[in-house]
Amino acid sequence: MTIREIAESLNANVCTKNDSLLEKDVEHAFGSDMMSDVLAYADEGSVLLSGLLNPQVIRTAHMLDMPCIVFVRGKLPTPEILMLAEESHIVVLSTPLRMYASCGILYTAGLDR
Amino acid sequence: MEDLLHYHYDVDGGNFASAGEASVQVKRVLRQMGFPPDLIRRVSIAMYEGEINMVIHAKGGDADVYLSPEQIRVVLKDVGPGIKDVALAMQEGYSTAPDNIRSLGFGAGMGLPNMKRYSDEMTVESTVGVGTTITLVFNAF
Repeated sequence: MTIREIAESLNANVCTKNDSLLEKDVEHAFGSDMMSDVLAYADEGSVLLSGLLNPQVIRTAHMLDMPCIVFVRGKLPTPEILMLAEESHIVVLSTPLRMYASCGILYTAGLDR
Repeated sequence: MEDLLHYHYDVDGGNFASAGEASVQVKRVLRQMGFPPDLIRRVSIAMYEGEINMVIHAKGGDADVYLSPEQIRVVLKDVGPGIKDVALAMQEGYSTAPDNIRSLGFGAGMGLPNMKRYSDEMTVESTVGVGTTITLVFNAF
């Protein structure tokens, strides 16, 4: 599933300007507001879904080579967070959907774990 | 084993937003030097957890990274309050982090266990009231 397809299926806005990364293919996703748990359990290269909004979400994703973060519940990242994401080659999406619904849609679409 | 390269970073304890900058820089250096992606990821995650711990508990400290083709060694040294019971602190889920840190996504009691999980060797030297030094060793093979 490409990042573009993820954005479409979650009715999400693409917040970053690094559009060339939208065609990147991903296979896994991980949802959590606890970054320590993300670092402990997430597969490398997963899409990260989170309702937590601070720069450490971007850094956590960067450490795990995650190409995309989806902020759920309509959370809108600040310009500083978006700048950090673009520096880290990470696409940031924002969906009005809640965590449970977002994970369900992506799981049904084929993203596992 | 002889270290070929040494990198030093000051970890700023006053700014949670900037925590992790040293780990980002180390990740970049390791990539440039052509270390395998899996090894780079392990080093990055473990060092990042260490950096976060230094900011949460110890108002920052020093991070030193020593590189040789066979091994990467990360030494994280702070002059914070020290760890009273290291064995307890190593247990998953045990945390002394304040609530405001949990609201930032950390303090789940996974920091030290994660550092152990992702490194090949981990040594914790800590004295209450003096500080903590954590040494992480990663074998390149």
